[in-house]
Amino acid sequence: MGGYAAYVWPAYGLAVVILGGLALASILSARAARRELQRLQQEQPRGRG
Amino acid sequence: MATTFNLHRFANPARFMRLTDVVLPWLSAAAVASLAIGLVMAFRAPPDYQQGETVRIMFIHVPAAMMGMMCYACMAVASAAALIWRHPLADVAAQAAAPLGAGFTLLCLVTGSLWGAPMWGTWWVWDARLTSVLILFFLYLGYIALANAFDDPERGARAAAILSLVGVINLPIIHFSVNWWNTLHQPASIVRMGGPTIDPSILHPLLIMALAFQFIFLALWILRTRTALVRAKIDTLRQRAAAASGVDRG
Repeated sequence: MGGYAAYVWPAYGLAVVILGGLALASILSARAARRELQRLQQEQPRGRG
Repeated sequence: MATTFNLHRFANPARFMRLTDVVLPWLSAAAVASLAIGLVMAFRAPPDYQQGETVRIMFIHVPAAMMGMMCYACMAVASAAALIWRHPLADVAAQAAAPLGAGFTLLCLVTGSLWGAPMWGTWWVWDARLTSVLILFFLYLGYIALANAFDDPERGARAAAILSLVGVINLPIIHFSVNWWNTLHQPASIVRMGGPTIDPSILHPLLIMALAFQFIFLALWILRTRTALVRAKIDTLRQRAAAASGVDRG
């Protein structure tokens, strides 16, 4: 990296951490919400929300 | 009156869920594909004749900066729609966008620092461009804090929407700061009168990365909006269950 590895790689690493973190958090929270909704709808079959 | 209002509240989010059921997988695939291509191109691009390998930081820094501002614009438009038309999706969408915008802006600030250290000889200066982007980051944090600061979520949403509209003034300030005031930051080289001034070997990877960031933002924005709608539905079902069990016991 022409002597600049200490600047270039942290920039890409941080992109992975921030964007990957946002993606992971969004996906996990979406999954948890969907499961919770399914559970509630099974408990209340007539409730269409 | 109450019935029509409730129907109105329910109809649009339902349509949004159906539409995004179809759109979201394609958007996610586009995000992954463009990011993969963009990263390959970013590391195949030749080093800059003056800045050497540090130019690769730009492929993260500039798309992050664009999305930080674009996301704020989306949030502000959604907030305006929430305040003016009381569109049921608007507040939900605005609040779903805020953490994404904060993430992109933080990424822009830190990668800018990592680029500034070797090229400018400093991690940070309090000039107009850097300071106005830092303010953008704080606007996101303030928006998130304000939206969650009230017991009544509707009051929080209203207050946060007003804050986001006031903060729109910061967007032109960020964009034109490099022309209006002295700064270490270079002037615009892509979105400018007379076309881009960057060599195609570096411009093309940059544009693909910008596209990838755009897809990432859209996919996550839609996903988070959907999650918020599902949670709202969960709350409604819980309240209904609580009311029903209250009736049974009574």
